Amino acid sequence: MITLTHYLVLSGILFSLGIVGVLRRKNLLMLFFSTEILLNAVNIGFTAVSKYYGDLSGQIFSFFIIAIAASEVAVGLGLLVLWYKRSGTVDLDSLQMMKG
Amino acid sequence: MEKYLFVALFAPLVGSLFSLLFTAKEKNTITAIVTSALLLLSFVSSLTLLVSIHDGLTLHVKMMDWISAGNLNLPFGFIVDNVSVIMMVTVTLVSTVVNVYSMGYMGHDKGYNRFFTYISAFVFSMLILVMSDNFVGLFIGWEGVGLCSYLLIGFWYEKESASWAGNEAFIMNRVADLGMLMGLFLIYWQFGTFEYDKVFAHVGSLNPAIVTSIGLLLFIGAMGKSAQFPFHTWLADAMEGPTPVSALIHAATMVTAGVYLVIRASALFSLIPEVGHIIATLGAFVAVFAASMALVNRDLKRIIAYSTLSQLGYMFVAAGLGAYWIALFHLMTHAFFKSLLFLGAGNIMHAMDDELDIKKMGGLFGIMPYTATLMAVASVALCGVYPFAGFFSKDMILAAAFNGGNFYIWFALFIGAGMTAFYSFRLIMLVFFGDKVHKKLGFHPHETYPFVLWALLPLGILSTVAGFFEKPFEEFVTEILSKYEITIPHATELGLIFLTSAFVILVIVATIYKYNKGGFSKQLENMPIYLLLKNQYYIPKIYEEVIFKPYYRLSTFAWKQIDVKIIDFIVDLIAKTLYILGQKSRKMQSGNLSDMLRWMVVGIVALLALAIFYRPGM
Amino acid sequence: MFEAIAFYTFSILVIGMFGIVVFSKNALYSMSALAGGMIFISGFFFLLDAEFLGVVQIVVYTGAIMAVYGFGMMFFDTTRDIKENIKFKKIIYTLALLSAIFTIFILMAPVYSVRVEALYPAIKDVGNIQMVGLLLFTKYLVPFELAAIMLLVAMIAGIVLVKVKMEETPTNIEVAKGGK
Repeated sequence: MITLTHYLVLSGILFSLGIVGVLRRKNLLMLFFSTEILLNAVNIGFTAVSKYYGDLSGQIFSFFIIAIAASEVAVGLGLLVLWYKRSGTVDLDSLQMMKG
Repeated sequence: MEKYLFVALFAPLVGSLFSLLFTAKEKNTITAIVTSALLLLSFVSSLTLLVSIHDGLTLHVKMMDWISAGNLNLPFGFIVDNVSVIMMVTVTLVSTVVNVYSMGYMGHDKGYNRFFTYISAFVFSMLILVMSDNFVGLFIGWEGVGLCSYLLIGFWYEKESASWAGNEAFIMNRVADLGMLMGLFLIYWQFGTFEYDKVFAHVGSLNPAIVTSIGLLLFIGAMGKSAQFPFHTWLADAMEGPTPVSALIHAATMVTAGVYLVIRASALFSLIPEVGHIIATLGAFVAVFAASMALVNRDLKRIIAYSTLSQLGYMFVAAGLGAYWIALFHLMTHAFFKSLLFLGAGNIMHAMDDELDIKKMGGLFGIMPYTATLMAVASVALCGVYPFAGFFSKDMILAAAFNGGNFYIWFALFIGAGMTAFYSFRLIMLVFFGDKVHKKLGFHPHETYPFVLWALLPLGILSTVAGFFEKPFEEFVTEILSKYEITIPHATELGLIFLTSAFVILVIVATIYKYNKGGFSKQLENMPIYLLLKNQYYIPKIYEEVIFKPYYRLSTFAWKQIDVKIIDFIVDLIAKTLYILGQKSRKMQSGNLSDMLRWMVVGIVALLALAIFYRPGM
Repeated sequence: MFEAIAFYTFSILVIGMFGIVVFSKNALYSMSALAGGMIFISGFFFLLDAEFLGVVQIVVYTGAIMAVYGFGMMFFDTTRDIKENIKFKKIIYTLALLSAIFTIFILMAPVYSVRVEALYPAIKDVGNIQMVGLLLFTKYLVPFELAAIMLLVAMIAGIVLVKVKMEETPTNIEVAKGGK
């Protein structure tokens, strides 16, 4: 029998995978991929809770998260392209302008 | 009727706020006219209230809840009864006259508009003090008049002496107010309320020791405001302020607030006759003590100021002996003739280009006959010559002192009356008669504006006839104040009155005779007693040596040692720690996105841990 | 039984795919794995009776988002691998694990301690898509419209940002102005 806990654990595993990606990748594009993973992990959690409590709000939230992800990609990728035009690289370590 | 109460109370405030708008502007006569009109309105309302209260009404209004916190519940309430309405009428009458008078006196001052703002604010505070139905409201008004007094004494703040005098008055009053404040705390602690009705209703059931301490503490506050020994030095120095202020605040109204407090709390003070005895003794002492300083002083306003002190002493004698209505009566008559005296002095100063030394005047009668007449009337009233106002109130006080069997108090007051007669007529003789010293010194005195003299006329009339209202006044006021029975035989009383009057008139005649002959010889000025009096018993000097200087040293020590070395050090330490912390943590800001993300996740983990493991109350 | 098999299969697939995304050195592999992972996630949605969400997941993620990434990849020089010298590996893994555990804990705590009452319970005999539509156009109408505006704004922003020519980037304009 698959319970809510299973789904939440899965969601947690995916979330930590996403965080590892965010922290260790130096390719800006990979950073975006990792954020998608994070968002998807949360989506699974929401939908599972929604199902096990018979409340559709969770699904609606997942829906909005997908919308946010789409917008994020559009803007983020635009900025990334701009940055690539300027610097010719998508290496994260090249972004050091705010060094204090 | 309530609307009269609110009109009487708030008209001065409106006037004050109105002229406040003009304080930074050039002289504008409209401020004076508006404030005068509003004060007059307040006076008329007070008079209306007086009439209706005479018909048996008592107004008790709860305007709003002011502070309501826990067990503390302070309503903003006002009471207009036989006592407070007398004060209201006196205050508003004198202030209206003074305000009109100031239009002439302050005519050339650059703080013209500011002056009227302060005066109206003062009247408002004074009315709060008088009309409040609880001790806290009284205290608010008490502090309000203190503030206005401070502002007005230091009105010419560019003068070093004026700002010093303002500070002195303010600080001395704060010292005394501490006593009063403690008295209030004690009242609240014992009764759980500040309202007069409730406090006085239960005061009888209290431990006498506590009632005594409440009475003493309240009296300390009264001593400060009414400038009784040892807080008396500020009043003489307060003469640095404009003369109308001296007339209004430091003669007629504010300084009598202490007497008013004792009268208001008569239910409390009548339970503790031993404190009343202390009050009376101190009053008698001050009556002689202050009068003696007035004997030799050459400063026109200071003489009158000492006279005020001395008369306040008389009032405290009456209040202390339980003759509350007599104290209130003397308070009222004194307000009339003393403010008249001050305003007359103001006319002289105006004529003499702010010269205050009476030895430099003389022979002014020919030049300013109206002022001279008014001053003479006021002086005669002050001395207590029949049929002027002072005769009635003062002789009642003397009779009360004799009646209580306190012969030494009576004797002190008797001597004081003689001194009063002497210094009053010394002043009159030196200023208005004798050689025209001022001519040699190059002054060109002139009579003041007619409207100013007209404004003084009501005070002159009242100083003359107010005494005849003694019987109605007694009946009116003793409706709520305790009666005072004179138990000595009527013949003795008459004899006393005759004795006092004869003594006073004798002194007056002797003074006039002596000064007509050219006054006292110069040699007298080298006598030790003269020097002692001239230097005010060296009390200011003693204060300076005993209090000011050690306090200054203490302050310097606190500044150099405690503030700089300990407190500043701690503050600097905090700043330094933060600075070093900032230096160290600067490395976090590497500008690298990966590092930032890592820190962000560290933050998230920390917050999550906090959310999970932090359970307040467990 | 079927549910369990499906769950574990999809779990392994998704974790594997996302593992490749995170650990692969080649961006192209990563992207392909991500696209696969997205499709497998939609499997969970179908399992959870959220058919509409499942379809949207496939359409939006694999159809739209991955396509955009694909175009992005074409723009960059993906053949050149970026050298990633990663420091503090242990710290990274610890942090990731800790944050995952804490998040799950926090999510679970209310579920087990307090019985959560459904605010908008699913109505029987009404399909999932109808229910979602019902909720979206009643209770969540305002957020829905806002999301629409947000998407529009993001679209315009994306177009404008990519369209800007190199020499007209905001920073360059400022530098040019300041310099002359």
